[in-house]
Amino acid sequence: MGECPVCAAEVEVAKDAISGELLVCEDCGAELELIKTVPVELAEAPSAEEDWGQ
Amino acid sequence: MKIGLLHSLIRKEEKLLLEAFHKAGVEPIMIDDRKLIMDFHSAPDIDILVERSINHSRALHALRLFESAGVCCVNSHKVAQICGDKLLTTAALKDHGIAQPASRVAFTEESALAAIEELGYPVVLKPAVGSWGRLLSKINDRDAAETVLEHKTVLGSYHHSIFYIQQYIDKQGRDIRSFVVGDDCIAAIYRSSDHWITNTARGAQASKCEVTAEVAEISLAAAKAVGGGIVAVDLFESDEGLLVNEVNYTMEFRNSIDTTGIDIPQVVANYVIALVNQ
Repeated sequence: MGECPVCAAEVEVAKDAISGELLVCEDCGAELELIKTVPVELAEAPSAEEDWGQ
Repeated sequence: MKIGLLHSLIRKEEKLLLEAFHKAGVEPIMIDDRKLIMDFHSAPDIDILVERSINHSRALHALRLFESAGVCCVNSHKVAQICGDKLLTTAALKDHGIAQPASRVAFTEESALAAIEELGYPVVLKPAVGSWGRLLSKINDRDAAETVLEHKTVLGSYHHSIFYIQQYIDKQGRDIRSFVVGDDCIAAIYRSSDHWITNTARGAQASKCEVTAEVAEISLAAAKAVGGGIVAVDLFESDEGLLVNEVNYTMEFRNSIDTTGIDIPQVVANYVIALVNQ
């Protein structure tokens, strides 16, 4: 489990999660990035940039 | 076997690719583009690089530097360069005689307006570099053309004053996205929406599309035109047959696995492993 940096809710992190993975806080809906797995550290995911995606 | 996976954020696609490599007994070396420092001479010790960056600009430049250091990349820098720029894509498709919507390029408001009127309304104005259907403008008449061109000129960066203008194709609420891996067109989906923009990132619904001979032929030809590898080809159905709209070099496929019944990430992983073994 980790703490949502936006609303401080507990966020479940899967056992096979890896750094850089995107998660969504079930409480506030914020998109989060898993920065570290041990100990779990979460940050708000970066906003979409102009050259993102296909 | 040392397979590098260039990434930034780990999306569903990257997770699925990792699982596919694991199933094949390979543990990819993760290379986060946000932490990457390159010196123009060397690169991480890998046999091949699989490019999965979410940022086009980072992918484009990193691929050039990895190739410069002697690393084989999937997709190559050339493919990223062509697919990442709609002008270059159109030129490559034209060079290979592949059917596509009529388009024009202009560099000033005045010439862009003239080009739009020459093509005839409606047209679609697109950023040369862009994705997920962002900043696309369907222009139905001269008033709208003048307004959008002025806004892009005044408010946009210089990139937005390279006017890429495409004939509007009435695609009856859907387009086709096909998936090409090497010499095979492995799957295709329809992307359907009530909106004229049919990107799944904009809410379009995916459904299975049979890979007919026509779909496979034009998809493989388009992939070859941009340099081959692992690409997703966007197709319009028209009265004149299928037309290639765009080719994507870091394809997103999360909505297409259950829809098509094809394990796209496993096909990709197996293709990459086969390349290393060649």
